Amino acid sequence: MHVVINGQQRAIAEGGTLADALADYGVADKGVAVALDGAVVPRATWPATELRPGAVIEVLTAVQGG
Amino acid sequence: MDDPLVIAGREFGSRLITGTGGATNLSVLERALLASGTELTTVAMRRADAAGGPGVLDLLGRLGIEPLPNTAGCRTAAEAVLTARLAREALGTSWVKLEVVADEDTLLPDPVELLDGAEQLVDDGFTVLAYTNDDPVLARKLEDTGCAAVMPLGSPIGTGLGIRNPHNIEMIVARAGVPIVLDAGIGTASDAALAMELGCDAVLLATAVTRAQDPERMAAAMRAAVDAGRLARGAGRIPQRFWAQASSPDPD
Repeated sequence: MHVVINGQQRAIAEGGTLADALADYGVADKGVAVALDGAVVPRATWPATELRPGAVIEVLTAVQGG
Repeated sequence: MDDPLVIAGREFGSRLITGTGGATNLSVLERALLASGTELTTVAMRRADAAGGPGVLDLLGRLGIEPLPNTAGCRTAAEAVLTARLAREALGTSWVKLEVVADEDTLLPDPVELLDGAEQLVDDGFTVLAYTNDDPVLARKLEDTGCAAVMPLGSPIGTGLGIRNPHNIEMIVARAGVPIVLDAGIGTASDAALAMELGCDAVLLATAVTRAQDPERMAAAMRAAVDAGRLARGAGRIPQRFWAQASSPDPD
């Protein structure tokens, strides 16, 4: 199935979790946060969060600004 | 720390809050941050690309400067609330500079969305530093909502036009019960000094330093200006007079 991570379509295994999708995408150990379909998902619950096809995932970090 | 800035019970020795946007690279930014003496510095939240590293956070951590995430780029209260929650998760801080702008030309705060966002974030336990228009009525409403600091603009972001309505800033200061931080529009050191002379508790600036020809030197100038303005405010300036008043004794 496909999900969208930071605007990119990505294929993941059927029944995959948020942790699987993010491991495949490659996220830093710290300093990042994830929203799934518009709501924050704490890192501790990534492995238990199952994804549906078409899920929209945003991975954010701090950058220079303001 | 004999005259600390206190926001939400937390003390800062420096009354200069800086931003990190606009610096050409991290080494220029590092020198400017050190020269500024700042203890609190804004960062923005953006998509993490698969390859990118947390460069600016590492830098702030190494310098012992507290990051203050902002909600720059948000147009609605809902967007700002989500961004603040993501920042809290990513950075482990419940402090946020709330910024909800109305359009790209002015980058002026949208007062309706701003107030709505402030209410939601305060209810959710955030320490909210609200970037706002130089409107004494809105400033009061933000304070009543529970914002920890109110941060009126001097002029639009990045313009360097200084403080266009000093009287509004004075009115905001005169009845504030939380720290007032002059945020946005600072162009040069005299603008920062004026903000402090008007009674602001601190100054927040970014572009004036990061896009100056010599960011490190301008950062030092801003630090001195904030200190000078604070001293002058406390010293009590002389009244302005229409006619001259001799400072030497009359001739014998």
